[in-house]
Amino acid sequence: MSEVIVITSGKGGVGKTTTSANIGTGLAMLGMRVALIDTDIGLRNLDVVMGLENRIVYNLVDVVEGNCRMKQALIRDKRYPNLYLLPSAQTRDKSAVNPEQMIKLTEDLKDDFDYILLDCPAGIEQGFRNAVAGADRALVVTTPEVSAIRDADRIIGLLENGDMGQIQLIVNRVRTDMVRRGDMMSVDDVMDILAVPLLGAIPDDEAIVISTNQGEPLAGTDTPSGQAYMDICKRLLGEDIPVCIPEAGRSLISRLTGFLKRA
Amino acid sequence: MNRRRCVVGKRSGEIARKRLKLLLAAEKTDCSPDFLEMIKDDICAVVSKYMDIDPEEIEVGITKAVFKGVPDRVPAFYANIPARCLSYKGII
Repeated sequence: MSEVIVITSGKGGVGKTTTSANIGTGLAMLGMRVALIDTDIGLRNLDVVMGLENRIVYNLVDVVEGNCRMKQALIRDKRYPNLYLLPSAQTRDKSAVNPEQMIKLTEDLKDDFDYILLDCPAGIEQGFRNAVAGADRALVVTTPEVSAIRDADRIIGLLENGDMGQIQLIVNRVRTDMVRRGDMMSVDDVMDILAVPLLGAIPDDEAIVISTNQGEPLAGTDTPSGQAYMDICKRLLGEDIPVCIPEAGRSLISRLTGFLKRA
Repeated sequence: MNRRRCVVGKRSGEIARKRLKLLLAAEKTDCSPDFLEMIKDDICAVVSKYMDIDPEEIEVGITKAVFKGVPDRVPAFYANIPARCLSYKGII
């Protein structure tokens, strides 16, 4: 029984693509057959975060328009043979695809994959409607900031009105040091405001920047965010793992200078 | 750090939380944040006739709640008003 999950947020730059890449990689590490679909037509990025940008021949729009077969467009991941990426088109726009075509596309993938993850574009226009059309479950990514939470609330309202089966929250870029001194909303605060069940929280971790630089998702690695992403994947598979937010993954030097500045 | 806390009164995380609650409630009811602020001020004026309350501590908003005899969760207006002293303000 395969599941189609859309990763969305409303606001741009909160970590949808990073989250998609890491959940996809984590699920593949756990033995699942995963298809990652970049639905951001015109502004594709999941390929670079995955480090697969040099292997693109065909894209999502080619598949929808029948220029190629699905198998020709899917790119196999360099590390996990059960992980595939369907890249987006860079020279087209959102109107190149409609929700019905997206539903058919995800249906076609269900035979070959356990999880189909859709990386949704920012905004609430056609790109969003395309991405959520075929999804059984939505993961709403937000950060503990007013603008991101306001947009997440709007997205949750739209998903509820569209009868999305299950909606869960991922709070990204949490800084436990700032929460502790009262200068950042806590994960509990965000949950309370948005009233959606929590799937996981990711610490603000400089290892994410390094991982994106290298084009290698860090799920499952020995980093605070890598562990947090792996926990999310295990929860998706039904394991009961309590949410704990590890200390922000900052280098010893930056933590020391931070400490000295505060003192 | 402590100095800033004294000047501002509240930590920025708490300020963000309160602003968001008010803003999202206003957006859900399709009315301006001023509207909720006006209700809050009026409630504050009435309640403070009878008990000691701090206007700063009052929290108003829109939520979804279950009511007796209504099958679905319906929008509900709520006001949390911490009472400092429950004795009837010197009237009795």
